[in-house]
Amino acid sequence: MAEFLADLQQHTFLQYAVITGILAAVPCGVIGTYVVTRRITYIAGAIAHSVLGGLGAARFCQVVCGWSWLDPLHGALVAAVISAMVIGLVSLYAHQREDTVIGAVWAIGMAVGILFIFKTPGYNEDLMSYLFGNILMVSPGDLRLIVGLDIVVLVFSVLFYNQLLAVCFDEEFARVRGIRVEFYYLLLLCLTSLTVVLLVTVVGVVMVIALLTLPVAVASHFSNRLWLTMVLSAALTILFTLSGLALSYTPDLPAGATTIVLAGGVYLAVAAASALRGRKG
Amino acid sequence: MENPVIHLEHVTFSYNQTPVLEDVNLDVGEGDFIAVVGPNAGGKTTLLKIILGLLKPNRGKVRVFGVTPVRARPRIGYMAQQTSFDFLFPVSVLDVALMGRLGHCGRFAFYSGKDREAAMEALERVEMASWKNHPFSQLSGGQRQRVLLARALASDPELMILDEPTANVDAAIETELFEILDALNRHMTIMVVSHDLGFVSCYVRSVACVNRRLVVHPTSSITGEMIHELYGGNVQMVRHDHHCSKEDRDWPSS
Repeated sequence: MAEFLADLQQHTFLQYAVITGILAAVPCGVIGTYVVTRRITYIAGAIAHSVLGGLGAARFCQVVCGWSWLDPLHGALVAAVISAMVIGLVSLYAHQREDTVIGAVWAIGMAVGILFIFKTPGYNEDLMSYLFGNILMVSPGDLRLIVGLDIVVLVFSVLFYNQLLAVCFDEEFARVRGIRVEFYYLLLLCLTSLTVVLLVTVVGVVMVIALLTLPVAVASHFSNRLWLTMVLSAALTILFTLSGLALSYTPDLPAGATTIVLAGGVYLAVAAASALRGRKG
Repeated sequence: MENPVIHLEHVTFSYNQTPVLEDVNLDVGEGDFIAVVGPNAGGKTTLLKIILGLLKPNRGKVRVFGVTPVRARPRIGYMAQQTSFDFLFPVSVLDVALMGRLGHCGRFAFYSGKDREAAMEALERVEMASWKNHPFSQLSGGQRQRVLLARALASDPELMILDEPTANVDAAIETELFEILDALNRHMTIMVVSHDLGFVSCYVRSVACVNRRLVVHPTSSITGEMIHELYGGNVQMVRHDHHCSKEDRDWPSS
């Protein structure tokens, strides 16, 4: 811990990591709250995994086609938004079984990503860092993109807070009140996909759902209002990512996995405490 | 009828190939208090959803306040059948009531002082104003119904549509809720779906019986044969009047 704090003052990659952790945590708390209350965790999971397709394709183009301006995160962004729109439009209009579509997007995205990564010359370390995150590798370019995404997600969630709340709470009533429910549902899925891209840099595609839901699950034990749940989850996510980063530094553990184990531990402790208290009362 | 609030003409609706409503004609006048009764899966909720524009009929014409349901929505209050709620949802009583104001506030909805006033007024009408900061999830069944009624009232509707508002509450709360509706009927038209014909007949002015087809009766003409025809088979009728009058209730002078 002391080593982490000492190195933090010297190394810019650690400073970038801390800034990324904080910047990803805020939309994570806000959008995570919508995702959990609207019960679309598995849609978020599918978007997260399909992001691998975009990461792999962008990396392939970067190395093989020599498009040096292309960053894997750009690919992630495109893949996330496409998956969100596909799942959203199919579940709204096509009358297919929604869970089948979610599973298909989930698996196809990953398969495409693995094919691209396999055909990209060089080390396959990339695959590991995409799957499990590598917050220590954030570049200044990534950071600019992350700041941009942060602003977009926060502006829209604040501006449309009441509509999104109404659509998540009771879709039919919102429709009768003249709210364009389909529009706000797709907007929520798009904001979710942007948040997923932010989180992929922190914990990787496999563990995004955990970071999106566990802080909200903890926060909802202490909150009865949607906005309060958002604020608490954002604070908890900052706490989890920064402690994960600090605790993993000296023993050289993967930061993403440490963060998730920490968040999961706190969640289980809070859930157990609340169950015990419920039994007593 | 001149300028009916609700006007259905030859409305037919089917889910996939199964007919639910067939050639339904209905006129509901201003100030009416109409109950929609009928067997399960007889098409009651479908009828409401067509009037609200949530479902489109296969054939026929639907007008509410003389315009299409979607355009009439700002003037309609709606309280749905309460089955699909997530009761863990973190909202307060006032949050729920404020949702009724959504169509009225601007595109970027921050509720104005006026919206808050209207929501509080609606909560006062159902005597839930002092609970405004209470979590919705921790209310009793009857309190929840009253808050949902307040949400429907917050938009200041001229037509109130309710789907089984008393499905999951006991008789005392049922009476309480219908007393509130009775008072509201003085300045708005009310349409309510109910499974309990005997009970609602004390309050309503007319009854629409829906079982694929629709027949409207004034309250006084509800007889054993009619119920037999509607539900089929032998139905045991139990009178459980609270304070019914013998005569049909008066229509407002119009």
